[in-house]
Amino acid sequence: MDGGEVELLAELSAAVGAEHVVTHEHQLRTYESDGLLQYAVTPRAVVLPGSTAEVQAVVRACHRAGVPWVARGAGSGLSGGATPVAEGLLISLSRMRSIVEVDLANQRVVVEPGVTNIAVSQAVGPDHFYPPDPSSQIVCTIGGNVAENSGGAHCFKYGFTTNYVSGLDVVLPDGSEVTLGGPELDHPGYDLVGAFVGSEGTLGIATRIWLRVIPKPEDVRTLVAFFGSTVQAGEVVSRIVSEGIVPGAIEMMDNLSIRAAEGATNAGYPVDAGAALVVELDGSEAECETRFEHVKELCGEADSVRVAQDDEERELIWRARKAAFAAMGRIAPNYYVQDSVIPRTKLAEVLGQIEELAGEHELQVANVFHAGDGNLHPLVCYDGAKPGEAERAEELAGLIVKACVDAGGSITGEHGVGVDKKRYMPSMFDEADLATFQRLRCAFDPHGRANPGKVMPTPRLCGEVPGPYRRHPLEQAGVAERF
Amino acid sequence: MQVAAAPSTREELGSALAAAAEAGTPVRFRGGGTKQVWAPAAPAGTVELSTAGLAEIVEHNAGDLTAVLGVGVPLAEAQALFAKEGQRLALDPPDGGATIGGVVASGDTGPLRGRYGGPRDLVVGMRVALSDGTLAKSGGKVIKNVAGYDIAKLFAGSFGTLGAIVEVSVRLHPVAPETATAVGEARNAEELARGAGAVGRSPLEHHGIDVRWRGGRGAVLARFAGATPRPQAEAAAKLLSAEGLATEIVDDDEPLWDEQRAAQRGPLVLKVSSLPTRLPELLRTADELGGSVVGRAALGLSWLRLEEASAQAVEQLRRDFIAAVQDRPPDLDVDPAGPIDEGVRTLMARVKERFDPAGVCV
Repeated sequence: MDGGEVELLAELSAAVGAEHVVTHEHQLRTYESDGLLQYAVTPRAVVLPGSTAEVQAVVRACHRAGVPWVARGAGSGLSGGATPVAEGLLISLSRMRSIVEVDLANQRVVVEPGVTNIAVSQAVGPDHFYPPDPSSQIVCTIGGNVAENSGGAHCFKYGFTTNYVSGLDVVLPDGSEVTLGGPELDHPGYDLVGAFVGSEGTLGIATRIWLRVIPKPEDVRTLVAFFGSTVQAGEVVSRIVSEGIVPGAIEMMDNLSIRAAEGATNAGYPVDAGAALVVELDGSEAECETRFEHVKELCGEADSVRVAQDDEERELIWRARKAAFAAMGRIAPNYYVQDSVIPRTKLAEVLGQIEELAGEHELQVANVFHAGDGNLHPLVCYDGAKPGEAERAEELAGLIVKACVDAGGSITGEHGVGVDKKRYMPSMFDEADLATFQRLRCAFDPHGRANPGKVMPTPRLCGEVPGPYRRHPLEQAGVAERF
Repeated sequence: MQVAAAPSTREELGSALAAAAEAGTPVRFRGGGTKQVWAPAAPAGTVELSTAGLAEIVEHNAGDLTAVLGVGVPLAEAQALFAKEGQRLALDPPDGGATIGGVVASGDTGPLRGRYGGPRDLVVGMRVALSDGTLAKSGGKVIKNVAGYDIAKLFAGSFGTLGAIVEVSVRLHPVAPETATAVGEARNAEELARGAGAVGRSPLEHHGIDVRWRGGRGAVLARFAGATPRPQAEAAAKLLSAEGLATEIVDDDEPLWDEQRAAQRGPLVLKVSSLPTRLPELLRTADELGGSVVGRAALGLSWLRLEEASAQAVEQLRRDFIAAVQDRPPDLDVDPAGPIDEGVRTLMARVKERFDPAGVCV
């Protein structure tokens, strides 16, 4: 430990209390990965500030010492976005979990970043709810949701985190604090709230968040229909959407996912079904009634349809869907989860490609997806103990991402780029696009201390005055990369 | 203002912008020209770049409910095309002649905002041209996508001061087959706010709750849309009656909403960002100033219209409210955006410096 480090740790201890500065090797190990365990890095120290002022003191100390940092909520992210950096600090926001204000008259809630997603809905229930509902909502935090612009099963109808955040208190990488937006919508000036949400912790730390909540719908109707194939089920999805029906949720599972999930939950899904389609409508009673009958008609070609008669049966239908990821252990010891998005109309085509690619790589791919918005979650199953299989799985995962981008889609719909998908960024964005992203980052963090090594495919610095991007003659000739 | 040659491709627009930047000439972008007064007066020597030549509807993916539009596409023209498939871009600001670029760059919205959000929420991808000659894109053309920074949100509502928007990808929505509106007439500001609040907090799935107000009287308009909107409108009318409002249900309700839209324009119009519970206070201020108000009650957004423009009225309103000046006589000397906190201003300046290093996008 050098003198500078001793000094920094003393400063951090003074700011947040020695008991909230973690430096013991075995304790640091707790924080080495987020929800994506493939990436593990031990940080120099973990700091747990308890207030905006303490976050400011920590970030300011890092700024002075030139030390990078990574902010972390619950660590449930699936892109390695909260993977620490070895030479830096990990700033955990888990102590900041106050619900500061619940203002139902204005349908606004103010929270600290460590508040869990589910706690917001609980605080405004039973008459209101907070719509973005990632599968991890019991543990994931609003601070993490803001960083990742989290979605969930209901976002096809209700939108994403970014549609519900009206204001943010942000500690910038130089340690200064600024309030972007507020309880009101449309504050004057640039939409910096919109720029911040989804920036994956690279622009600063949100220490207070203003959210909008909405009334809970009057009625919910849920069914699950079983089809011979995902193509058949996909056609029904298209028909539902083209009829102008906007389901609260519409989710699909293929045979492999059904088998795994049914084995884990006994939800009563037929294990020989080619596809399961969960359709949930919510809204007014009269509207749900009319539309639900219509959906049942559209599911007429299904092998069987199960309609939830009460909350318990609805919960059973969802249990299988929500258990799908965790249940993959029944298929293979390891799996890669992807988060690609395709235009919904390309579903049959892309699923066909995935099947073909899986065959070529002699691996199984289970598909679980948010069918309304085309967000696929292909789970590439493999056995890490078998030589070469992990590498083959990684290659297959990459080819699946490429197929989705080629179909006009995206490399990630809700998990974020983090460290895991940054290598795929060039498949969607060219150098001019990436350099334009970097301009935003540099405006907030000119020294590159906030969550370095994430989002961008290659490390890059901020110039004092950004000049126009010109290809170097060597680069133009194809002999040198820019970085 | 000097008008430069109208570019017809995004590359030409980018080159024209870069050339102006090289010469140090300030630039403004012009779409339909319907909101020119919303920006501060342009500095002397400013050149205007028209986006009228970038008017191609590049894609309408009806099955995916998405579209890709050149910045200069008139919004009405795009809507007419989407309507053929029973779809629309859920943006309904009042101007007939506005382009998609102008609507996005100004963040302008109409009554559909309550249900679908504004341009920031409906634009899923964007191509921009920057003053240093860069042509870049962000987002994509699928409705769910978190890859890369959300540059489109930064440019939505930026009034072209960071660079030129050259193309947008948007999310579309199906048009509901039926609509019905519950109208509740209120005799005072508190009654109006109570009525709007009661419907807004109810589980009814509204397609917008608007208010209108003039001279001490007003109304709540709660709109419902879908396959069977009337039962919901009836339920809303009951809630309004319970708060003392005199109610009726209007099935052929389009004219009502056209009026709401039209009232967002006038000799002097201030867009007020507030909270729903502060509505009575705003309405009293409107009475004092002799103005009328329309607003999206559940969002806390209101448009105060004054028949006689005065900088003093703007100042008075801004003592208590966040208010942007939209329509105004060009010679009325006010800052359209209104005061911005110093910390935010500093950060905005840093963003501006990075995106428009030449400082020519005014």
